[in-house]
Amino acid sequence: MSTKKPVLEVRNLRVEFPNRRGNLVAVDDVSFTVNEGEVLGVVGESGAGKSMTGSAIIGLLEPPGRIAGGEVWLDGERIDNLSQEAMRKIRGKRIGMVFQDPLTSLNPLYTVGRQLIETILTHQDLTEAQARKHAIDLLGEVGIPSPEKRIDQYPHQFSGGMRQRVVIALALCVNPRMIIADEPTTALDVSIQAQIIKLLKRLCDEHGAAIMLVTHDMGVIAETADRVAVMYAGRIAEIGPVQDVIKKAKHPYTEGLMGSIPVVGHDLERLTQIEGSMPRLTEIPRGCAFNPRCPQVFDRCRVERPNLIDVDRSSAACWLHATGTSKTEAAE
Amino acid sequence: MLDFIVQRLVQAVFVMLVVAMISFSLFQFVGDPVNNMLGPEATTEQRMAAREALGLNDPVPVQFVKWVGNAVQGEFGQSYRMGREVNTLIAERLPATLELVFVSALLAIFVGVPMGVYTGLNRHSFLSKIFLTVSLVGISLPTFLIGILLILVFGVTLGWLPTFGRGGLTTVFGWETSLLSLRGWSHIILPAVTLALFQLTLIMRLVRAEMLEVLRTDYIKFARARGLPQRSINFGHALKNTLVPVITIMGLQIGALLAFSIITETVFQWPGMGLLIIQAINFADIPIMSSYLVLVAVFFVLINLIVDMLYYVVDPRLRIERPASTK
Amino acid sequence: MSSTNTNQASTSPEVTSPDVAASSPRLWRRIYGNTRSFFDGDIFYSFRQSPLTIVAFLVTMAMFTAALFAPWVAPYDTYDLGSLNLMDAYKPPAWSPGGDLNYLLGTDDQGRDVLSAMIFGLRISLLVGFSGVVLAAAFGMVLGLVSGYFGGWIDAVIMRIADVQLTFPAILIALMIDGVASSVMSTQARADFKIYVIILAIAASLWVNFARTVRGSTLVEKNREYVQAAKVMGIHPILIMLRHVLPNVMGPVLVIATLSLAVAILTEATLSFLGVGVPPTNPSLGTLIRIGNNFLFSGEWWMSIFPGVVLVVLVLAVNLLGDWLRDALNPKLR
Repeated sequence: MSTKKPVLEVRNLRVEFPNRRGNLVAVDDVSFTVNEGEVLGVVGESGAGKSMTGSAIIGLLEPPGRIAGGEVWLDGERIDNLSQEAMRKIRGKRIGMVFQDPLTSLNPLYTVGRQLIETILTHQDLTEAQARKHAIDLLGEVGIPSPEKRIDQYPHQFSGGMRQRVVIALALCVNPRMIIADEPTTALDVSIQAQIIKLLKRLCDEHGAAIMLVTHDMGVIAETADRVAVMYAGRIAEIGPVQDVIKKAKHPYTEGLMGSIPVVGHDLERLTQIEGSMPRLTEIPRGCAFNPRCPQVFDRCRVERPNLIDVDRSSAACWLHATGTSKTEAAE
Repeated sequence: MLDFIVQRLVQAVFVMLVVAMISFSLFQFVGDPVNNMLGPEATTEQRMAAREALGLNDPVPVQFVKWVGNAVQGEFGQSYRMGREVNTLIAERLPATLELVFVSALLAIFVGVPMGVYTGLNRHSFLSKIFLTVSLVGISLPTFLIGILLILVFGVTLGWLPTFGRGGLTTVFGWETSLLSLRGWSHIILPAVTLALFQLTLIMRLVRAEMLEVLRTDYIKFARARGLPQRSINFGHALKNTLVPVITIMGLQIGALLAFSIITETVFQWPGMGLLIIQAINFADIPIMSSYLVLVAVFFVLINLIVDMLYYVVDPRLRIERPASTK
Repeated sequence: MSSTNTNQASTSPEVTSPDVAASSPRLWRRIYGNTRSFFDGDIFYSFRQSPLTIVAFLVTMAMFTAALFAPWVAPYDTYDLGSLNLMDAYKPPAWSPGGDLNYLLGTDDQGRDVLSAMIFGLRISLLVGFSGVVLAAAFGMVLGLVSGYFGGWIDAVIMRIADVQLTFPAILIALMIDGVASSVMSTQARADFKIYVIILAIAASLWVNFARTVRGSTLVEKNREYVQAAKVMGIHPILIMLRHVLPNVMGPVLVIATLSLAVAILTEATLSFLGVGVPPTNPSLGTLIRIGNNFLFSGEWWMSIFPGVVLVVLVLAVNLLGDWLRDALNPKLR
């Protein structure tokens, strides 16, 4: 493993939503790092806490949600405890975010150019003309034809894929160190998805930005990510290099996930199906969150909650890998 | 753009036709115009003559066409009760009503919109809570009650302002206005405030609701994610997006102001169209009623047309007929 | 992959109350269960949390009860002309000089007790308001269902009419219908049927909101697969619509109904104040205010101010309830 400097470090992050029934824990003791120039995929089912983690990192949690514990470090500086104003300066300039739906991400009443120039001028001391030139260049970079003409058009005049390119341009316009992409292709046609992901990856390589790619689409992860974190019920189940996680899953949940994806060219009688469903965040079982559905569950799983345990080049939160677990114990 | 205008015009004509038919039916089937005009003592010959003169023996479609023709020229016949030409009566009363509506509209918009913006941006501040409570009372108070209360307080108890009629009139280019004199303003203040209050609260609540909706959208979220300063988000992005739908509603509000002016004029004895129509309804004065109907319809249709145009100008999404299909 | 049931009770009421299950028929079990889960649910919770809403609800209930039991609640029967004593006319409220404890809020120019007149007036106001809204709701919902389900030219016609009508404010429409009806009816018929005319006028000014909401909902449900399936099975479309669209639409309809009630009461009061509403033989709050208005300048303020206060409090309470209902039922705000 090459020693790269971490851009983003998340340590024991905890996000809570106080509501009338008590406290809902959406993200529970999540830790990971994203290194310079790398793509970290974050996968999981809906409700596993992936988007919430992203929002918390960039400081855009909707109240009453709040960060209840842990730390977020960007380039060696702590950012989760900054004031609103200080955080605002970081947003866009050092961390960017791309959302799922390009149609609603852009203000329909402003031209694309205006939105770009506004963002550029917020973070950089340029003249209007310089900002405009920069914006046109960016549009060209993201693959929009005739950018000088289209810069003065409105969002509804672009197709879905084009719009997402504009969104990417907006996120990258002042060269942030890190981009959080929250389901950037889910709202797009399948044929466009690959293009957009490739674009994102290429631009981030060129601009030197790291990506945290949140998605539920394993195919995208397999193609694009360097490392991947699998989230379940607000916790990380497994994290490691992408090929390891996909081909040699260490956590039974990951195994189940991988087995449930149809692969072209393989002959299979049935796809793997994981029994049951992910628990609601108000009803997380004691011990390991996955234990009611786990085909390899044993006593310890039901009682103690496992932390991430290093196995080869990955880490998995599973007692199967705890040193001292004998094979017979594991086999119930 | 062109077929948009055409479509709207066609709709307008359609509405006017419907209103014209209703108005005409009033004339035709309600009461007996001959009886109303000549009185019950008229002889049969006089009645026959009158019927002939009024064209009442022609087939109904012919009468309708004639009626529309007259209406378009502003000829509505004579008031049953007052025996005068309807269009003269209306012309006399119109300026009073229009001025009242105009002043009230200014009041409602220039106080209501800022209040709405403030309460939308500062949801939890104390001032917002006060505004909201006041607004709730505002939409629960019927206009006439507000008028009565204002008269009681400012007219009877404090004696500061006059409580009925219109004062300080001057005629400018044939238009009788009361806005050019201080006395005129003292007369118009109470009625204008009464009329404006209801609409003001409605506008404020509307702007607030719209603002809150807009602040929840993805593009505002994305703007924040890009680190744009809160000020430009609030007054650049959010405000502009809020005002676009509000503009349409404001057009309708002016229509509502016209309707509620009837009440205000009654309370303050303001010599406008409203007073005229109430008296007409009480006396079953059909010509005035039907001409009022047509006039009001024209007014509303015109307002809707203007608002539609405004919407078109302000919202770029409506301007493009063919969305770009290139990828 | 994940379950979508959000309102799953962990145990059904049948299991938790064996005596209920054993002895009552199934319908009662369901009602009991539903009532229990209602009081446990989010809506009632938000109700409990807002003291203002509770007050509004209590006030509304108090007014409804007073109106319903008016003949027993009111100290005097103001319709009994024989019981009126002209000597008692123009009395101010009991706490003012010259007041009489028999007439708590004073009397009017004919010796009628203002408090009693108000209670009966409240009754009329509520009656007219309610009837207007119920009529508007029924009419609007039917039209909305028909319009949404059958589409085509029926839909176009109904929606055109609705659009045209929306350009005119409610008060104007009510006024026009009222005016036309007055002209058509003879004086005697006027007095008897006036109240129905007003109810009709109010309903005519309010139906559009109901129709539009129901139509929207119908359009959404119409294309769902189970509707197609039911069609294929030969079930009558009306039954489909009733069983599936109606439950979905009840929430918004309730909100609209409550807020429309406030508007209806105000509209009726305004019409009566203008003199084209409920006649003085059976006065509503608006009529009372109009009559009392004549005496305002000569100092007998109580005749119109008290009915005015009651009117405002009633409408305020209904508006508060409607506001709360709308926020409570809005999934986006939860």
